[in-house]
Amino acid sequence: MAEEVLIWQALNRALDELMAADEDVFILGEDVGLYGGSYRVTEGLYAKYGEWRVRDTPISEDSFTGLGVGAALMGLRPVVEIMTVNFALLALDAIINMAAKVPFMSGGRLPMGLTIRTPGGVAKQLAAQHSQRLEHTLMNVPGLRIVVPATPQDAYWQLKQAVLSDEPVIVLEHELLYFHKGPLDPTAPPPPPHRAVVRRPGRDLTLVAYSKMAVLAGQAAERLAEQGIEAEVIDLRSLSPIDWQTCVDSVARTHRVLIVEEDCRFAGAGAEIAADLTERCFTQLEAAPMRLAGLDMPTPYNGTLEAQTIPQVDDIVAAAHRLVKEAS
Amino acid sequence: MDKRQALAFLHDMLLGRRFEERCAEEYMKGNIAGFLHLYPGEEAVAVGVIHACETSDYIVSTYREHVHALVRGVPAGEVMAELFGKRGGCSRGMGGSMHLFDPQRRFMGGYAIVGETYPVAIGLGYGIAMKDLPEAVICFFGDGAVNQGTFHESLNMAALWKLPVLFVCENNQYAIGTEIHRHSAVPEVYKRAAAYRIPAERVDGMDVLEVHRATEHALQQIRAGSGPQLLECLTYRFRGHSMADPGHYRPPVEVKAHQQTDPLELALRELSLVYPTPEQIAAAGPDALLKLRQYCFDQGHLHEEGFEELERQVQDEVEAAVQFALEAPEPTLDDAWQALYCNRRGEILI
Ligand SMILES: Cc1ncc(C[n+]2csc(CCOP(=O)(O)OP(=O)(O)O)c2C)c(N)n1
Repeated sequence: MAEEVLIWQALNRALDELMAADEDVFILGEDVGLYGGSYRVTEGLYAKYGEWRVRDTPISEDSFTGLGVGAALMGLRPVVEIMTVNFALLALDAIINMAAKVPFMSGGRLPMGLTIRTPGGVAKQLAAQHSQRLEHTLMNVPGLRIVVPATPQDAYWQLKQAVLSDEPVIVLEHELLYFHKGPLDPTAPPPPPHRAVVRRPGRDLTLVAYSKMAVLAGQAAERLAEQGIEAEVIDLRSLSPIDWQTCVDSVARTHRVLIVEEDCRFAGAGAEIAADLTERCFTQLEAAPMRLAGLDMPTPYNGTLEAQTIPQVDDIVAAAHRLVKEAS
Repeated sequence: MDKRQALAFLHDMLLGRRFEERCAEEYMKGNIAGFLHLYPGEEAVAVGVIHACETSDYIVSTYREHVHALVRGVPAGEVMAELFGKRGGCSRGMGGSMHLFDPQRRFMGGYAIVGETYPVAIGLGYGIAMKDLPEAVICFFGDGAVNQGTFHESLNMAALWKLPVLFVCENNQYAIGTEIHRHSAVPEVYKRAAAYRIPAERVDGMDVLEVHRATEHALQQIRAGSGPQLLECLTYRFRGHSMADPGHYRPPVEVKAHQQTDPLELALRELSLVYPTPEQIAAAGPDALLKLRQYCFDQGHLHEEGFEELERQVQDEVEAAVQFALEAPEPTLDDAWQALYCNRRGEILI
């Protein structure tokens, strides 16, 4: 039975159930214990499972993420919380050189049941060092899975799947989605973690998005429908791997694709998606895939400028109009 | 210490306190957004340290840096305007609370990634040493920041190459919600410097005179070419970590106990006209303090009205800063592009 919960609550519930079921699951990160996590995701778990399983770490990202790698090598299931993705930059050695490579370098002899949860995105006036996503950096690393949940149900499913798998998985959460509400049915069977979903069917164009932009794309699609344009909205849910089939099937119906991402446009996720879909659906397309992305600029602190650097619902609507017009 | 200096200390501590209180108000009104980390309780560190510097010394700071900037002489209006995200701000509205910059005053920035200040500071120190200049670098950091790898890496290089850097730990005993004994195997930060043979001292960070004396001494050594030094100032933040954090993880008795040693109260006591007992004078210890006390008594520098006058003056300064910030224009997207490409010398690359 589905109940309405916030995304942080869905993540919290997933962790609680995982920890209750398996003593090898443990959490570590800055302020995840006594404090309950900066976004409340680990609330109550320290009291319930104790400090060896919910460990407050010093501010030492590279080393505590590396600790997660070491623990995973002996079959444990660490869940590392990196307070925000901006600080994950300090842990890139552990993530890229270790977590993603050790299973391979060992000739496939070692498991890496490591889950890294980290919030990111442009939130509210946090300025350039606290407002970025790093999907482009992580997507380019073979050996990592990257999931980008946009609903409580997906957050719950994908976190559970991440912890239960023997692969290193990065769960990229969005800071502005933690307090988003949606249905959660813990008994529903999950799709594969990388399966994209069509959030809304449509015939005129396909909007491909993920994370917070999937939510905005849904809002834009409603606006477009009032204006006589039926947009199909795909929420990718996973950036590595990407479920191309769902995208290709959609393009076969709509013949136009607009990719929406929050991150900088240059060399970003959208570039990959546009290039790949062009290869896969060239003959089906009536126009070149269009990208709507953040400006190639660090996030300014000023609130008005900040909003101007990332796509808004109005921008998606306008771009959709352009694409439809161009192609007809 | 002369009257001018004693009163300057007091002025800057008061300004720091009132400015930050006003920031909290402006945040509630929505004029300031984002992360806002305030400084009340820690004023003696900024004032004691920065007043011991030359204007040619460089300062590298963290996200809790408004008061460092003010004491350094960055105009309060420019700091406030930055917090308001205005073009008149010292970072032109692009940086906000955590990223104040004023190259002209050698205020080399507020950095929001914990552990970033050390490498920046040794970089500046390297340049100074390479050119054999008489300058130094002040590198501020918190107790939580000493567990970042950069601390050890940078201290090693600083010691190895005798770089003119004063590392100043503002030990307020918490890294957000984690108390120092829960994040540090060696909670006496100054002892860690021994691993790199860097001379280090721990001082009462609630006592501006002690901080000032220790900084002067350390800088003397640095300028004499002996390499880096480390100063650990024991202090306490009266508020939560940031405006988003009420700080409930700290036992109320702990907060109360520290408020009893409010550095402003302490500084005021130093300047009061009440004659101290010989025991108090003996307990007070450092020379500078005794001198200041004696001087203030002899000269009658400060009395009740004098202090009220100072308070009014500071209040007016803060008011003017807010007014400046309110009236300053918003930056445009073009300003942002110019900030991004400020070093392209006008070259347009497509
Ligand atoms: C690399 C990195 N990790 C985590 C954070 C989040 N964070 C911001 S402040 C802070 C605590 C820092 O404590 P301390 O160094 O003692 O400074 P204080 O805030 O007490 O002045 C943390 C964990 C960060 N900004 N950078």
